[in-house]
Amino acid sequence: MGSMLSGAEAVSLVRALPGVDAVGLEARAAGLGTRSIKKESKAQAIDLAIAMIDLTTLEGADTPGKVRSLCAKALRPEGDAPPVAAVCVYPAMAATAAEAVAGSDVKVASVATGFPAGQVPLDVRLADTEAAVVAGADEIDMVINRGAFLAGDLERVFEEIKAVKAACGEARLKVILETGELASYDNVRRASHLAMHAGADFIKTSTGKVGVNATLPVTLLMMQAVRDFRAATGTQVGVKPAGGIRTTKDAIKYLVCVNEVLGDDWLSPHWFRFGASSLLNDLLMQRRKLTTGHYSGSDYVTVD
Amino acid sequence: MFEYAPAPESVRPRIRDHYGLFIDGKFVDAADGSTFKSVNPADESTLFTVAEAGEADVAAAVEAARRAHESVWGSMSGAERGKYLFRIARLLQERAREFAVAESIDNGKPIKETRDFDVPTAAQHFFYHAGWADKLAYAVPGGPEPRPLGVVGQIIPWNFPLLMLSWKVAPALACGNTVVLKPAETTPLTALMFAELCREADLPPGVVNILPGAGATGEALVHSPVDKIAFTGSTAVGRSIAKAVAGSSKRLTLELGGKAANIVYDDAPIDQAVEGIVNGIFFNQGHVCCAGSRLLVQESIAEDVLARLKERVATLRLGDPLDKNTDIGAVNSAAQLKRIADLTATGEAEGAEVWQPECALPERGFWFRPTVFTGVQQSMRIAREEIFGPVLSVLTFRTPDEAIAKANNTPYGLSAGIWTEQGSKILWTAERLRAGVVWANTFNQFDAASPFGGVKESGYGREGGRQGLEAYLDV
Amino acid sequence: MSEQSKPEQGRSKQGAGKRGAAKRTATERNTTELARLHVKKTYKLYVGGKFPRSESGRSYAVTGPDGAELANAALASRKDARDAVTAARKAHRAWAAQTAYLRGQILYRAAEMLEGRAGQFTEELSAATGKEPHETLGTVEAAIDRLVHYAGWTDKFASVLGGANPVAGPFFNHTKPEPLGVVAVFAPQDDPLLGLVEAIAPAIATGNAVVVVASEAKPLAALSFAEVLATSDLPGGVVNLLSGKVAEIAPHLAGHEDVNGIDLGGVEDAALAAELEATAAGTLKVVRRPGTAGSSLDALRRWVEYKTVWHPAGMAAGVGGGY
Repeated sequence: MGSMLSGAEAVSLVRALPGVDAVGLEARAAGLGTRSIKKESKAQAIDLAIAMIDLTTLEGADTPGKVRSLCAKALRPEGDAPPVAAVCVYPAMAATAAEAVAGSDVKVASVATGFPAGQVPLDVRLADTEAAVVAGADEIDMVINRGAFLAGDLERVFEEIKAVKAACGEARLKVILETGELASYDNVRRASHLAMHAGADFIKTSTGKVGVNATLPVTLLMMQAVRDFRAATGTQVGVKPAGGIRTTKDAIKYLVCVNEVLGDDWLSPHWFRFGASSLLNDLLMQRRKLTTGHYSGSDYVTVD
Repeated sequence: MFEYAPAPESVRPRIRDHYGLFIDGKFVDAADGSTFKSVNPADESTLFTVAEAGEADVAAAVEAARRAHESVWGSMSGAERGKYLFRIARLLQERAREFAVAESIDNGKPIKETRDFDVPTAAQHFFYHAGWADKLAYAVPGGPEPRPLGVVGQIIPWNFPLLMLSWKVAPALACGNTVVLKPAETTPLTALMFAELCREADLPPGVVNILPGAGATGEALVHSPVDKIAFTGSTAVGRSIAKAVAGSSKRLTLELGGKAANIVYDDAPIDQAVEGIVNGIFFNQGHVCCAGSRLLVQESIAEDVLARLKERVATLRLGDPLDKNTDIGAVNSAAQLKRIADLTATGEAEGAEVWQPECALPERGFWFRPTVFTGVQQSMRIAREEIFGPVLSVLTFRTPDEAIAKANNTPYGLSAGIWTEQGSKILWTAERLRAGVVWANTFNQFDAASPFGGVKESGYGREGGRQGLEAYLDV
Repeated sequence: MSEQSKPEQGRSKQGAGKRGAAKRTATERNTTELARLHVKKTYKLYVGGKFPRSESGRSYAVTGPDGAELANAALASRKDARDAVTAARKAHRAWAAQTAYLRGQILYRAAEMLEGRAGQFTEELSAATGKEPHETLGTVEAAIDRLVHYAGWTDKFASVLGGANPVAGPFFNHTKPEPLGVVAVFAPQDDPLLGLVEAIAPAIATGNAVVVVASEAKPLAALSFAEVLATSDLPGGVVNLLSGKVAEIAPHLAGHEDVNGIDLGGVEDAALAAELEATAAGTLKVVRRPGTAGSSLDALRRWVEYKTVWHPAGMAAGVGGGY
C-alpha cells in the first residue's frame, strides 16, 4: 500500500536516510557469500530458488511461440521440480503468456512504462501499464525515471511511481530502480525508500539491459531498505534482484542474504524473486546432480 | 525455515601425538622431561602432548640463537635473509588450509576466520617483511644503516597463535635478529608446525627456536641473556616484564590489553556501524586485545542501534569451529571461560541489563553466548576491565566531547572506532582519541603494512609497517 | 612576586624588563643610596606558568665549584612534583592541539629570548661550572642553536616519521606520531643548560608537556631558563621546572599514574635508575634509560607513539559508480 505521504514529505524522509559505506556493505555481502550450503539445505535452497524465479524473456525477437515455450517450462521445469513464480514478458506478449499459464499458480509479470529506458511521456507509460494489465498481467515491472532521479527531481520520480501504481489496479507493482545507473549506494537506498513510499509492492534492481545488473551488495542494501521500511511503516515490500544471476551458487548467496537479513517472512516467492532466464537450467542441473550423484550437462536440461 | 546443514571442513592436518621443543633446528624433549597436554577447546579432548621448556631449555635455545646470530644470520646479506622469509611466506601459503584447520582445532576459533584471516595475514607478514630485509637503511631515516639487536625473546598469546608468531618472527628475522619464541601454553600447535616449516625452508638452525611452555617458561626467557623481549598479552604480565627488565640493557616492546571504545555518532552509516559493532566484539569470540568492547552510542539513536544490533547478533551461528558457517567458536580454555563468566556476573550484579540471543551451546567444550550489556555506566567493572570474550558493554553519550571523554577514560589505549558520515568529525575524533589504532567506519582491520600497537597501559612499540621495524633495530 | 597573582596571558606577554622593574620597590631604592646593594635573584620553581616557591617552604644552598654559595634554590617536594604533573597534564592537550607551525614559532621565540640573555647565562654557567666565560658562551650559543634546530622540526618530524601505508584492501591508512602526553625529565647533572635544552626541546617540539627536574647541584641556569620560556609565549604548564633532590622527587614522578614517559638521562645513580624504571613499569611508562643518545630525530621519536587511522576508500563499484 505504501504510506500516505505527499511527494515533498517522502522526498524529505528519503533525503534524511542514513548513509551507506560502500566498503562495509560490500564486505558484509562478501561475508554472507561465504556461507557453505550443503546437502539437504542445498536441495531445499534449489527448489526454493526455482519457485522464486520470474522466468524472463525480454527480446525484440520474442514471438508467441517463444513465449509459449517459456510458459511450458515455467509450469513444469522438470520432473518433480516446482513451477517458477512467474513468467516475465513484454506487454505485447502478456496475453499470450496469460493464456499459456491460465489455471496455474504461475503469475504473468509484464514489464511496462517504456521498458527499459522509460524515456517516453508519462501518459504513454501509463497507457503501456494499463494495456499490460488488461492483457492479463498479474504483476507490472516498471522502470523509474532515472533521468529525473539523477537530476534531483525526486518528487517527480515519486509522483510517477504513484501514478503507475494507480494504473496497476489489482496488479502488484515491481519498481525497477536500475541500480546500475544510480551511481551510488546512497542513491539506491534513497530510490528504494522513495519507491516504497510511492506504493511499490516490490523493489527490483535492474532491467537486465545495462552494464551492471543485480549484485549481491546492492540487493543486500535493498533488503535492508525493505526491512527498515516495514519496521517504520508496517508495510512489507518484496525484493527482486534481476539480471546477471546465472548460477545456483549465486542464487544461494541471495537466499542466504534473505535468510539472514530478512528472515522467514521474506523466504517465499510472494516476497522474493529472481529475475532470470538461464538460472533455471543451472538450478535444474544442480538438482539432478543432487539426485543422481553425477554432474549434469546442458543436453540434459531443455533449451526453451 | 532455511537451516544450514553442517558444512565441516574436510582437510585434516597431520597432528603428531607428541611435539618436542624446537631448539637449534631440532625437536628435542625438555631437559627435565616435563610435558603438558594441549586440549581441543571445542570438545575438551586431548590433542597431543608437548615438551615444556624449563630454564635449561631456555638457556640452550638462547645460546643456539646467539650462535646463529653471530655465525650466520647477523652477517648474512639482507637480500639473502629476505629470500628465506619469502620462502617461508610461500610455504605458509601452500600449506594454508592445513594451518587454518590446525589453528581452529587447537584454539577453538572458527575455520572461517583462520582460513580467511589468520593464516593469509600471517603469510602476508612474512612476505611484507621479507622485502624489508635488504632495505633497512630506508626504514629508519636520518641515520646510518641500522643494526639488529641480536637475540630476541618473544612471548605470544593464544588468541591469534600463528598470526602473532608472524607479527613477531617476521620483522625480527628481517632485521637480522634470531629469535626464541614461546607460544601460549594452550595453543602451541601452529608454532610447532611453523618450526617444521622452518626446516622445510632450510632456515639455518638456531635462527628460530620455539619453546612451548607456560608462565614459568616465559619468565625464564625474560631473565635469560637475550637482547630484547617482545611480548603480547595481558597488561598485568606486561607490567611484570617491564619491571623484570628494568635496569638491564634489554629492549622491550609490549602489546597489551585494551578496552576500546567504538563510538557511533547519530549520523553513522547505520547498517555498516552495526556490522562494525558485531565484528568489533564478536570477532574471534571477543578474544581480541583491540576488541570494541565498549560501544559508545549517541543517545538519540541508541534505541534504534540496539534493536538492529540485537537482531543481527541473533543471526550469529555458534558451534563447531570446523563448520564453515560457524561465526562464533569455542572459548579458548576453561580458565578464560571462567573469567568471562565471572566478569559477566559482575555486570549483572552491578545493575547492567544483560541480553543474549537464544542459541544452543554444545554439551562439551568451552562456550559462551554472545552477550550485550545495556545500561552500562563508566564505573562498572564491565566498562573498565578487559573481558576478552564475546561481551559488549553499551554506554551512551550526548555530545562529541562527552564521547571523547568517555572513550579516553581508561588506563588502556590500544584501539578505538568511529562511525559517522562526516569527514571532519572523523578527523576531529581520531585526533582526540588516545589510542594507537583508530578505525573510522570500519573495525578490526589489520595489515602487515599498517603499524599496530597501543599507548598508555596498552603498551609501547609497534608491529607492522615501517614503524614496526624500529622495535627490532638498534635505533 | 607580584606576577604570581596575575592571569597567565597577562604575565607571559610581559617583558622581562618590566618584571625586573616590578621587583625594585621604592623602599629598596631609598635604602641603597651609597654603595648600591646588588639585588640577588630568588630562584624559584616554574610550575603551570608561575614561579612559586616550594610548597614545603624549603630551599637549599647552591654552591659553585669552589664551594662559594651562589644562591638558594627552592627544594621541591613530592607535592611540588604532583602540582607540576597536574599543570603539565592540563597544558598538554591544548599544546598538542596547537599547529606545529605555532609550536615551532614558540621554540624559535625561546631561542630569541635566550640569545638576548646570553650574557646572563654565560655568567651563570661560569659561576656554576668554573669554566671560562668564552667557553660557557659557546655552550649558551649551542643551546640557542639547538632550540632553533628543534623549532624547525615541529612541522616536519611527522612527515618524516609517519606516512600513508599501502594496505592490501580498500582503505586509506595513515600513521602519524603523536605525543605521549606528560613526560618527566631528569636533566643531565653536568650539563645544566645545553643538556637541559637537549632534553626539553624534542619533548615539547612533539607536543608533550614536561616536568623537568633540573641538575641537582647546578640548577640555577635551568631556573633562569624558565624565565626565558615564560617570555616566549610558551603556554604555562607545557614546561615545568623543579629544583631539588633527584632521589627525593624521582620516585613520585616515576610512580605517578598520570605521567606517560620518564627520561632517566640525568639519573646518575644506576641503582636508583633501575629502581625508577621498575616503578615506572607500574603504569607502563615509556622509559629512556641513562646513557642512551642519538640523533635529533631519535630524540623526537623518543616521546611519541604512532597512531594509525583507517578509513574505507570505496565507491559503489557494483552500481556503476566505480567505473
